[in-house]
Amino acid sequence: MEDGELARNTAEAVARRSYGKLVALLAARTRDVTAAEDALAEAFAAALAHWPQSGVPANPEAWLITTAKRKTIDSARHRHRAEQAADHLKLMADELTCANDNEIPDERLSLMFACAHPAIEAGIRAPLILQTVLGFDAATIASAFLIAPSSMSQRLVRAKAKIRRAGIPFRLPSRGDLSERLDAVLDAIYTTYCEGWSDPRGTDINRRNLATEGIWLGRLVASLLPDEPEALGLLALMLHTEARREARRSADGEFVPLTEQDTLLWDRTLIEEAEMLLLRASTMKAIGRFQLEAAIQSAHATRCFTGRTDWRAILGLYDALWRMTHSPVVAINRAVALAETDGPQAGLAALDVQAADGRLSQYQPYWAARAELLSRAGHEQDAGEALDIAIGLESDPAIRRFLQRKRSVLQG
Amino acid sequence: MQYTLLIYTDPAYFARSQPDETQKRIAAYNAYFEALKKEDVMVSSNRLRPTSDATTVQVANGKTNVLNGPYAETREELGGYFLIDVPDLDAAISWAARCPGSSHGKVEVRPVWTM
Repeated sequence: MEDGELARNTAEAVARRSYGKLVALLAARTRDVTAAEDALAEAFAAALAHWPQSGVPANPEAWLITTAKRKTIDSARHRHRAEQAADHLKLMADELTCANDNEIPDERLSLMFACAHPAIEAGIRAPLILQTVLGFDAATIASAFLIAPSSMSQRLVRAKAKIRRAGIPFRLPSRGDLSERLDAVLDAIYTTYCEGWSDPRGTDINRRNLATEGIWLGRLVASLLPDEPEALGLLALMLHTEARREARRSADGEFVPLTEQDTLLWDRTLIEEAEMLLLRASTMKAIGRFQLEAAIQSAHATRCFTGRTDWRAILGLYDALWRMTHSPVVAINRAVALAETDGPQAGLAALDVQAADGRLSQYQPYWAARAELLSRAGHEQDAGEALDIAIGLESDPAIRRFLQRKRSVLQG
Repeated sequence: MQYTLLIYTDPAYFARSQPDETQKRIAAYNAYFEALKKEDVMVSSNRLRPTSDATTVQVANGKTNVLNGPYAETREELGGYFLIDVPDLDAAISWAARCPGSSHGKVEVRPVWTM
């Protein structure tokens, strides 16, 4: 391999593996994420220019950090008035000495807590984490979240400015705030995963990556906070869902609902890993939303070992989740589980209670669930009408075709 | 970093208060004031007269308009502020949460614009 190619490959490998670590370390003291990103970009460019001649350094991460810090000092000299620059330079000099050690401290968790701080708009937290921890550019994030690139880029810039100007700290929250703040971090990671999950065939490369990156972030947080049961619960939830990726579409790309999936296509390795995580979380005796959702998926997963689904257990878990979240989405799933244990009329009655919540009239799964239970209860015509509404609300073509097939069976 | 804690309260709430409630509130503010001083985070603080005592001034085309009353008529009004010096936003949020104003009104945390 030529030196140039080796240098480029090494720089790229370091960028992929360590980007977030380097941004976090650079931004941790100054809270200036944009400056950290800029300095790092320059350091990577310098690496590509120097490494082919000088050879790849023994510790590429330390080389990049040192170079990036020099760049930050240079630009601080230009930007700040003398006395401010002096403070800044002293800070940076302290940092330089520590960067010479081989051990690069891992500040990524602090960075994630800054990105998911309650002072940051909730909708931009997940994109911000993708950009700062994983180095995604605004255009890629925009296409994954189906937002116009210019608007995404503007919102990211604003959020980074807020971190710096409002003085959002880069550190773990105090014990009292930790669990609430951790929820926001976990939410952002789960959002990332779910955005990727909505493209199960992986035809859109940006979205498919999101599921993988969500799991990667989940693993990172679970490894950095191994005693936080909800962090383990979220990872278990994502792994259980991920285990069914292959089964979720038929060979010709059609949607296959969970209860009809071929369990032989489920990934047993992922399921076992998820089960281990959930078991470990349960020993910590602090139940939470993600552990409950993972437990529901775990109950579904047992079908691949026992051949049957324990709906009574699932109903109990949805009851607990409903008491905790009062989410109408949970209520719909609970009604479906109730229909399995107590018959379609009981499920329909539970759905009727939820119908008072106006938001559900625009929610496809509500109408699909309603249609399914109506048809099981023998109300074919009402079922057809509910399906028509569900079809009109669905944007995923594969799921729309699935609903249309159901509709045609009803008519026949 | 310096932050201002801007205390927004409903004057009607104070008007309704019983004397013992008012006493309790004053005691709470005194204790808070002492805590800020003891931990050496307070830069300054003031309570403001109600907006009925406010005058709003605007100069347009060289003419000074003086209006009786506040800039904006709202149910809750700025009743006072604390200017504090703390390491970061979380520290400021924690002081805002300890401020009696966050229990009987709302406290807006605003970083000071350093020139």
